[in-house]
Amino acid sequence: MKMTGGQIICESLIKEGVEVIFGFPGGAVIPLYDTLLQYPQLRHILVRHEQAAAHAADGYARVTGKVGVCFATSGPGATNLVTGIANAYLDSVPMVAITGQVSRPFIGKDAFQEIDITGITLPITKHNYLVLDPGSLANTIKEAFHIARTGRPGPVLIDVPKDVQEVQADFKYPTKLNLMGYEPTVKGHPAQIKKASKLINEAKRPLIIAGRGVIVSQAYTELKRLAEVAQIPIITTLLGISSFPESHVLNYGWLGMHGMAYANMAVEAADLIIAIGMRFDDRATAKVSAFAPHARVVHIDIDPAEIGKNIRVDVPIVGDVKVVLNILNEQINTIEHMDWIRQLNEWREEHPLLQIRDFDGILPQYIISKIHEVTNGEATIVTGVGQHQMWAAQHYLYDKPNTFVTSGGLGTMGFGLPAAIGAKVGRAKNDIWCIDGDGSFQMTIQELATIAQEKLAIKIAIMHNGYLGMVRQWQDLFYDKRYVATPLSTPDFVKISEAYGISAIRVSHKEDVIPAIERAMNEDGPFLIDFMIEPEENVYPMVPPGGALSEILEEPKNEVEVWLRQSTR
Amino acid sequence: MATAKHTIVALVEDKPGVLAHMASLFRRRGFNIDSIAVGGSELPNLSRMTIVVDGTAIMVEQVRKQLDKVIDVVKVSDITGDDMIARELALIKVKANSSTRSEIIQIVDIFRANIVDVASDSVTIEATGDDEKITSLLHLLRGFGVKEIARTGSIAMTRGNQGALKIVEKISNVRVKRQK
Repeated sequence: MKMTGGQIICESLIKEGVEVIFGFPGGAVIPLYDTLLQYPQLRHILVRHEQAAAHAADGYARVTGKVGVCFATSGPGATNLVTGIANAYLDSVPMVAITGQVSRPFIGKDAFQEIDITGITLPITKHNYLVLDPGSLANTIKEAFHIARTGRPGPVLIDVPKDVQEVQADFKYPTKLNLMGYEPTVKGHPAQIKKASKLINEAKRPLIIAGRGVIVSQAYTELKRLAEVAQIPIITTLLGISSFPESHVLNYGWLGMHGMAYANMAVEAADLIIAIGMRFDDRATAKVSAFAPHARVVHIDIDPAEIGKNIRVDVPIVGDVKVVLNILNEQINTIEHMDWIRQLNEWREEHPLLQIRDFDGILPQYIISKIHEVTNGEATIVTGVGQHQMWAAQHYLYDKPNTFVTSGGLGTMGFGLPAAIGAKVGRAKNDIWCIDGDGSFQMTIQELATIAQEKLAIKIAIMHNGYLGMVRQWQDLFYDKRYVATPLSTPDFVKISEAYGISAIRVSHKEDVIPAIERAMNEDGPFLIDFMIEPEENVYPMVPPGGALSEILEEPKNEVEVWLRQSTR
Repeated sequence: MATAKHTIVALVEDKPGVLAHMASLFRRRGFNIDSIAVGGSELPNLSRMTIVVDGTAIMVEQVRKQLDKVIDVVKVSDITGDDMIARELALIKVKANSSTRSEIIQIVDIFRANIVDVASDSVTIEATGDDEKITSLLHLLRGFGVKEIARTGSIAMTRGNQGALKIVEKISNVRVKRQK
């Protein structure tokens, strides 16, 4: 059947099960947008900046497990996607970005709004295409979705010249793929799995570190079974939060720079680390040479390039987490590690996290714990990047699978609001809370218009301290309180929100925190709360930069701060 | 950690952007590529690359894994430790007059190279061999005055059945699967 390139794109998207597209039109994608009219089953959500289209597709993909799709035009439209694509790349989020390009005769001539977007995105996409032959569009889209969602997921970009969107070509959706160089290893090597099971069965102080790979692979029950049968405590990475219920007796929080002290102490003391679907990021390991000094390491990951990249591994297992755990679990004995568990419980009692001190002002930790209470722990939390992100990770108790959406690898400020849009579109029935900082929020504040236009009932909580808080904290601790370029003047968020048509209130007193959260929950539509928090509150615990996990600082005592300043000079 | 020369061979799909992508993975880690040679392979639509880089074993292995992740890269191996044959081609234009020409011809003969062009004041020599041979030939010729040098960079292959076969096996497996 003959179709235009635009129609071929839409037909192919439908074949791939796409329901929603986040995008922003422009000159070089008008033909594609024109065909959208013929496909009402493809819901298009108009964002206010292309970066938000990529972040929304990212948030959508994370909560649904499906491939997120975004559209943008050539030139500036495409370059505006770049941050969002990089974010998805570093956090292994499946995404297909389709960009318009100038017509074929103009390519390479610096035409109006022409940019080499396949060249620009080469290092931040799993793969990308410039489609010069309309006859290859369907095949390209099939490949793109396959690559985006299989193996270690990631973003794929397809650049389609305007005239390729217009001309006609034969359309028949291919059933077969032709990817010689791409064949992810799904099944782990049996001999390696056997070695791993032997180590697990013999370990005295085993510890599981669960990452986002568990969520991607939806291996929740397999992980739980391994932990329960062999009585292995679990800690997670930041992105692994909500891969395992946080109120489970075997959960000991998450590790890293702002992780729980007892989680980091567990890594220090363990004699076996079972790393599952994680990549030993430097924010998680802290000083690599001092990481898990007494432990052997079993590393299960689908990406062979992650094995041995940062940490020496004793037993590498390349494969899909769920598939590998299913086989591994059959070889695991029922074991008890009561001494080890008792030790961890002791550390948890001695070094608790949830010690929210008595304070007249509003502490962000208090707000987050109250959001947890009021939402019954059933909300999906989406964050920006900064102090508020760490508080949201620490003080909400994540019991439901895959309910924490955050930018981990790239650490993209401004991720929160657009990602919450994607999360709400993907999980319309769930409560979506966007917990943001006043700095992070202002980076994508224009998306309030998208939320209003699409009537998305997102609840927004701004931790407003008038600073770029995380940088201020580093200046406070390591730069003698020289607050350069971190004090932040902010607009009246309540008025701004109302101007966009979204109800909002400001909370300046502690006693108003709970009523405000309850009011947000009772509103049918979106709602914004501007929480005026203690301006110079720091995130603790903290592993100082360059320090080992064991050097974690827990209390903001003056003597500690003094020691810190001296030791970092 | 000590750096050493590594010879990496890769079979890649004949598509735009593959070379740029591979080069960028080296560039990002600050590797200097000594030489890179691209040409056809025994399989249609697949090119064979030989890349020579200087780096630590750990870093080179990390790059090799990253190269392997590039979708259009079908197979990539570091054959440095293997028993291998490496050759490159060089064209060398040397100043020559009637009094030096015969001496140059003698040197060329010893190195089993060829003279491919003769002009009134120069000769052009074609030489094939490993890096060491080309370098020593160049060393001897410098005395006469070298006007121009072009080198292809190394192409390499393992001896006998090892190494190279692994690549073919993988391809033919994929081919067979696709025919099913």
